[in-house]
Amino acid sequence: MKISHKLVLHFPPRIVEQPVINNLIKNYDLSFNILKASIIPNQEGYVVLELSGEQDKYDAGIEYITSAGVKIESLSRSVLRNDERCTGCGACVSVCPSRSFIVEPQTRLVSFDNNRCVACGLCIKACPPRAMEFHF
Amino acid sequence: MAKTIEEINEKIKQGKAVIATAEEIIGIARDKGMSCAAREVDVVTTGTFGPMCSSGAYFNLGHAKPRIKLGGGKATLNDVQAYTGYAAADLLIGANALPDDDPRNRVRPGEFNYGGGHVIEELVAGRDVRLVASAYGTDCYPRKNLDTLININDLNEAVLFNPRNAYQNYNVAVNSSEKMLYTYMGILKPRFANANYCSAGQLSPLLNDPYLKTIGIGTRIFLGGGIGYVVWNGTQHNPEVTRSDNGVPKRGASTLAVIGDLKQMCPRWLRGVSMLGYGATLAVGIGVPIPILSDEILNYTLVSDSDILAPVVDYSSTFPQREPEVLAEVSYADLKSGSFKLNGKDVATASLSSYSRAAEIAVTLKEWLQQGKFLLTQPVKPLPSIGDSIVSKVLNERS
Ligand code: SF4
Ligand code: SF4
Repeated sequence: MKISHKLVLHFPPRIVEQPVINNLIKNYDLSFNILKASIIPNQEGYVVLELSGEQDKYDAGIEYITSAGVKIESLSRSVLRNDERCTGCGACVSVCPSRSFIVEPQTRLVSFDNNRCVACGLCIKACPPRAMEFHF
Repeated sequence: MAKTIEEINEKIKQGKAVIATAEEIIGIARDKGMSCAAREVDVVTTGTFGPMCSSGAYFNLGHAKPRIKLGGGKATLNDVQAYTGYAAADLLIGANALPDDDPRNRVRPGEFNYGGGHVIEELVAGRDVRLVASAYGTDCYPRKNLDTLININDLNEAVLFNPRNAYQNYNVAVNSSEKMLYTYMGILKPRFANANYCSAGQLSPLLNDPYLKTIGIGTRIFLGGGIGYVVWNGTQHNPEVTRSDNGVPKRGASTLAVIGDLKQMCPRWLRGVSMLGYGATLAVGIGVPIPILSDEILNYTLVSDSDILAPVVDYSSTFPQREPEVLAEVSYADLKSGSFKLNGKDVATASLSSYSRAAEIAVTLKEWLQQGKFLLTQPVKPLPSIGDSIVSKVLNERS
């Protein structure tokens, strides 16, 4: 699944001069479009960009820049379910204001409809095994 | 018609036993009639998978060189408090234990993202866990500090031992107050906006054998993805509650204490979970086989969601104040429909226990029996039942 998000990346002074964005583009197969930037050596800097690519590469890329010390702020965020952690209990069903979770009457499996989700985040802490996650 | 456990085991070994899940048996008895079904079907399998707070595990770590006596000292596993009141190399961790520096409910509702249940899940998943311990030092156990990674494969014993699991029926939680409540029964919205329940209903082990005629000490079960045993009645076991005509308790009633080798279990069936504003705990998968020894026992397993009533309890006042009041009784069929009427108002329902996983357990146990991998056991002693003078006591505070 290809995705695209607008992000603000905040660079602390010690990493402003490191090629973090270059590495991100090179190693994770992502494309970007810089919308605004302010980078001055040895000072805090920021970049507003739109980053796109395949979901797994995107997630790995975000993990890389976070571990490099960059703080990420999202201009849009989405909520995804980690199906491996979901136990299908259904605790999220009555918490979600947009009815994004449906219990299938026969199997009692709980389906998650990403398109209905308004990313309010209520399910994230309500889900006992913490299967619902914010993605930037 | 009466069968014995030995006869059924003989059929299991020959691959000839007929097994049905507690869901399937309802249809089989409807199609074939009761006595025919009782003759043909040998075992009914049940299942449940939900948060069970009274769960924990104990370990023997093997002795360090030089030796250290953990007993009477302090120990943490991934920063979570473990209990050191046993011998030098034995440790116990409970599902609700928390790291010392967890903020708990300092800012409400606390998140409780990591606790004893999560440590157990990580161990079972084969991940390394950090053990940090301190001791007072003795002539025979001189060492005072320990900081090491441990792995379940390197432990001498790793045993899941849960003092109370598999509650026979349970409360349906609602909130009459004006403010949001964060409970062990999940998030309860104000003014009866939602109701949470926690039972597999017609698939639930003890609801399929309401008087515990086949389940007792020594019963072999599915536990956490491996094989376990019933070792005692669970704590708070109380058969003396109000029942429907079919014998099914209308309140939380019997419980099981269970044990099993953690090394053969798997994280799909032992999952660390976090209840917002309440704490960390462990979701446990349990399945109990019910041998169809007679028509009567078959009849009990035919129970369906519409025959099982659960008490609706107000968690804003009645529950915390330990008042006995029950607002209403509602069937699991109604609870599973997504909403039910309480005082004329529609209340949306949600479950904390996973019915789809409960069904998966019942099917897995059925396959084990069909493949001859799992034999039934004759209980060595029944669990206390009606008439055994069980009285559920409350704490009598005194000075
Ligand atoms: S609350 Fe979490 S685990 Fe339960 S069904 Fe929803 S997403 Fe899955
Ligand atoms: S983030 Fe909000 S809208 Fe989206 S699924 Fe979770 S509770 Fe529903």
